[in-house]
Amino acid sequence: MKRKSAEPKYCLGIESTADDFSVGISTSNGEILANVISAYVPEEGGIHPREAARHHAEKASQVLGEAFRRAEIKAKDLSAIAFSQGPGLGPCLRTGATIARALAHYLRVPLVGVNHCVAHIEIGKLETGARDPVTLYVSGGNTIVAAFDSGRYRVFGETLDIALGNCIDVFAREAGLRQKAGMPFGAVVEKIAVKGEKLVPLPYTVKGMDASFSGLLTAAVNLLKSKEYRLEDLCYSLQETAFSMVTEITERALAHTEKREVLLTGGVAANKRLQFMVKAIAEEHNARFCVVPSEYAVDNGAMIAWTGMLAYKHGISTPIEESFVKLRWRLEEVDVPWVK
Amino acid sequence: MGEVKPYLMKKGAEANLYLTRWHGKKAVIKKRLPKKYRPTQLDERIRVYRTIHEPQLMSEAKKAGVPTPTIFLVDVNETAIIMEFIEGTQVKLLLSDITRSKRENICVKIGELIGKLHEKGIIHGDLTTSNMILNREGKIYFVDFGLGEKTMELEAMGVDLHLMKRALQSTHFRFTEECFNAVIEGYSKVLGKEKTESVLEKVREIARRGRYVAERREKA
Repeated sequence: MKRKSAEPKYCLGIESTADDFSVGISTSNGEILANVISAYVPEEGGIHPREAARHHAEKASQVLGEAFRRAEIKAKDLSAIAFSQGPGLGPCLRTGATIARALAHYLRVPLVGVNHCVAHIEIGKLETGARDPVTLYVSGGNTIVAAFDSGRYRVFGETLDIALGNCIDVFAREAGLRQKAGMPFGAVVEKIAVKGEKLVPLPYTVKGMDASFSGLLTAAVNLLKSKEYRLEDLCYSLQETAFSMVTEITERALAHTEKREVLLTGGVAANKRLQFMVKAIAEEHNARFCVVPSEYAVDNGAMIAWTGMLAYKHGISTPIEESFVKLRWRLEEVDVPWVK
Repeated sequence: MGEVKPYLMKKGAEANLYLTRWHGKKAVIKKRLPKKYRPTQLDERIRVYRTIHEPQLMSEAKKAGVPTPTIFLVDVNETAIIMEFIEGTQVKLLLSDITRSKRENICVKIGELIGKLHEKGIIHGDLTTSNMILNREGKIYFVDFGLGEKTMELEAMGVDLHLMKRALQSTHFRFTEECFNAVIEGYSKVLGKEKTESVLEKVREIARRGRYVAERREKA
């Protein structure tokens, strides 16, 4: 491996855990020079891993090229290549990993495997200036309440079954709603929920600092099929119930850890109603409320690039022969020596 | 409600705890305050439900041989409970600063208490070391039954133990393994090997339940 200079300059990050393929480029002090995202939108149904992986392979060179153009740098300027190593969908992860390995090998720069969940926290901290928050990370694949303690992000609460975003997505599909690029199911449901007036009782399941969404989803879908309620009221009730649950467990973690900041990150963080709720509990406990900007709420390459840069600056790299993807790589298994 | 002006002792996540006196005894008022972030209808439903169920479970736990604060008064309209004040230390605060054998003793005792609850179908619902108080005589009190329920289902017992393990992982990550093993030792003393093994199998199943999309799809 050649090192061009002692101080790394740029890190390129590849994100491909699920339906988005994205490439970001970060400088060593966290200036994001590029963040190009190509979203795979299924014709119908949920994400088919193989179809999504095919989308990633097809779009990769175009997205990479666009990232270099926006960043106005050349491939030879890169100090490291980072990629999301997990958790996520196998075929999607492997596509990103293959591209990352090839690039790192060809450019003779170190490869850095990044945990997708850590990256969502780090980009949130970078963009909001949060230093030591309780983080609520909510997306299509994850629902986690975490906070830093002794070298790692510790998981205080999480879903016991499906992710919050997944719950909303499945409900939206059952309701026959359509998503499109730039308007995912979450945004569609949010828009409809604004017109909701009546709160329909739905199962509210909080267990300790964990939550469960599968029963809520089943109940909401059954009510939908009964045709006894307006879709607006059901979307509203689903959101209110699910968001109240994650807000409650976040408040529990906040009271437990006594941290002074709350960070909302991940795809569902873009929802205004959820932002309002989490902000309310932050204020209640005199903590600063931070929410990731929407372009970094969704899965993105910039967060991988930045987290890869942090790791690389702390001497962490991933030899190619150890760069297998980790489908169920838990947040609390990752050392984060850059966090003090 | 009390005899002297109550003083705010702790601002919890879902309730404020006030220190007061009740007929000459030191007492705690647990008041569930309205949460402005959630719709009023949902908020009232949750607060009233928990205010009614928590004292019921606490007195049932006491009957099952698990020390809990004695309930003095339940005020559903105010969503407040007045209960005995337990003089002691939260297990969370002392677990790291004691010897390994003392830590094990405490965890075995905790396991026995959980076993006694489950034997009678009482699910605590929030088993963390912050919800356990060790008094001077070495008695461990369980508090905060607000998320509890009454059921004989294996699933609920599994979730209860899973939560205990998760709490150890997040707060006592240096001793998770030894503490959890000691808890299981105590649990097994009360419920027997066979029952304990079936609950532990449930705990493993719960942990395996997909948190990530990939695993769930493989099973589907």
